[in-house]
Amino acid sequence: MIKALLKNRDVVLGLILVMMTLAIAARFPGFIELENLRGIFTDTSILIILALAQMIVLLTRCIDLSIASNLALTGMIVAMINASSPELSIAVLVGVSLIVGFCLGAVNGLFVWLLGIPPIVVTLGTLAIYRGIIFLLTDGQWINAHEMSPAFLQAPRNIIIGLPVLAWVAIGLVTAAAVFFGWSKLGRALYAVGGNPVAAVYAGLDVGKTQFIAFCISGMLSGLCGYLWVARYAVAYVDIARGFELEVVAACVIGGISIAGGIGTIPGVVLGALFLGVVKNALPVIGISPFWQLAISGSVIIIAVVINARQEKTVGKLILRSSHKAG
Amino acid sequence: MRFLKTLAATTALVMGMATATAQAAEVRIALVVKALGIGFFEAANKGAQEAAKELGGVEVIYTGPTTTTAEGQIEVINSLIAQKVDAIAISANDTDALVPSLKKAMSRGIKVISWDSGVSAEGRSIHLNPSSNALIGNMNIKMAADVLPGGKGDAAILSATPTATNQNIWIEEMKKVLPNYPGLNIVATVYGDDLADKSYRETVGLLKSHPSVKVIIAPTSVGIVAAAQAVADQKKIGEVFVTGLGLPSEMAGHVHSKATKSFAIWNPIDLGYSATMIAYNLVKGKADAKAGGSVPMGRMGTLQLDENMDGAMSDPFVYDASNVDEFAKIF
Repeated sequence: MIKALLKNRDVVLGLILVMMTLAIAARFPGFIELENLRGIFTDTSILIILALAQMIVLLTRCIDLSIASNLALTGMIVAMINASSPELSIAVLVGVSLIVGFCLGAVNGLFVWLLGIPPIVVTLGTLAIYRGIIFLLTDGQWINAHEMSPAFLQAPRNIIIGLPVLAWVAIGLVTAAAVFFGWSKLGRALYAVGGNPVAAVYAGLDVGKTQFIAFCISGMLSGLCGYLWVARYAVAYVDIARGFELEVVAACVIGGISIAGGIGTIPGVVLGALFLGVVKNALPVIGISPFWQLAISGSVIIIAVVINARQEKTVGKLILRSSHKAG
Repeated sequence: MRFLKTLAATTALVMGMATATAQAAEVRIALVVKALGIGFFEAANKGAQEAAKELGGVEVIYTGPTTTTAEGQIEVINSLIAQKVDAIAISANDTDALVPSLKKAMSRGIKVISWDSGVSAEGRSIHLNPSSNALIGNMNIKMAADVLPGGKGDAAILSATPTATNQNIWIEEMKKVLPNYPGLNIVATVYGDDLADKSYRETVGLLKSHPSVKVIIAPTSVGIVAAAQAVADQKKIGEVFVTGLGLPSEMAGHVHSKATKSFAIWNPIDLGYSATMIAYNLVKGKADAKAGGSVPMGRMGTLQLDENMDGAMSDPFVYDASNVDEFAKIF
């Protein structure tokens, strides 16, 4: 029973996470206080949502490097709308962020689907383009806390049953994703397309179209994170979340999502993101020299992946034993 | 035909009047900025006009290119040489590219100084820095001490990256003046890498690992904003204060939330005023631009020149609830 559990990657990652948290607590006891754990979860919420977005794309053998730029551009657009017309309700702005994010994701998807350009190339381009557009929109100006409406800043901070709305959004999306991947036709198609594209075609799936849809969903979630990020840090400027896309990919890899597509679970992604969240929140409080921090967080990531990366050897099922023998 | 004559006559008349006003001013000082339409420089012009009014007989020509390029500034300088102005005070878009045209100006007897953003020593006589590292370090510590009851308590520094030269110099200067503020201790220095999210997280970590910290000094404009937001989110307003260097437009909200009582940065009005005063005194021969010398600059006191002919105007200007809104409109 225990042996079987230890073969499950998600369980192993969960154990690593708990052990690491306890080790940090041995050095800084306040770390495992409920209040602090709640803070870490809230702080990691945006990373969790983006990791879900990245997972959807990774499953289909693609990668979306533009998500942090999408976040920054959408966040800036929403902040500018709020600054110029503060009377607009938050629901409208959330809607705008979803639509803008969707469109930016769709651009990536169209290039991959219709022109057949490798996703890493397309999104590397849009990574720069989306951030460049922020420059064009703003001339490098910031949108600051006092220019945003109090409702805009407060919405993700409101506490419902002990947790801020930001954390609830992450929990809600994780639940929705679990249902989506487990039971919806499209969710299963994402796995199929990445796992074995040729077989997917024989099964009647349009690989390019499925990848396009994956990019659209990923873009939509990134757009939502744009609003959440700007509201959380109460500032919007060109450089927000620069380099965050790599952190998101790291969270996915730690969580056991295969870069080669088709493999990965929701609990894995959530644990991978929480793992990075714990590391990032622990480094400031355990008093490690800032010169060591980068090297340490990098090493911890590699160790986690190594422990967790026992290749899942799935033996292909032989369905036509007789013909196999004949051949 | 008659129309054309009238037009010509009117033009001549207008031009004549323009020359007349120009000649009425004995000293013409050109204030050349990085680009027109930037709030910071508009404010500097306000200060320059104030100096002109105070001196009398001074015309300030506020000019600059429409985009922040060295090429644009070279064109502006050439036209100023043609107009035979008495002095050029420039905030440069490039340290070296402007040197040849500024040299040409100096060879025609025009006094050239740089301010805010300097040019190499051979392209100007004096460079006016808004402040100096020592003054910035001292002001950061002073603001921290002012916010603590009796000036006693624990403070922490939130910097940019561990290798940021200017940040490290300012932190060093802060530690130098610390003995002048007995009771004030710096218990930690953390690094937010000038990223909003990392600075935020470092501040939250700081509040947890050092609960005794009552003041966070962030001499970086990204860090100070993130720290103020983190203090607000941790419900520590009134208990922990954030101070440091920031821009009024970026900090106005946090001053109103009372996460920050005061912060500092240069005052562009004073800067324009001082640059004009210095240029005037050089033109009038009231001061000599020589290493180790000094130049009077009206209400801002005297500028002390070092061996590179650089001088520091004053302490960084302190912004608080009383003036932040007014300056937030400027920069």
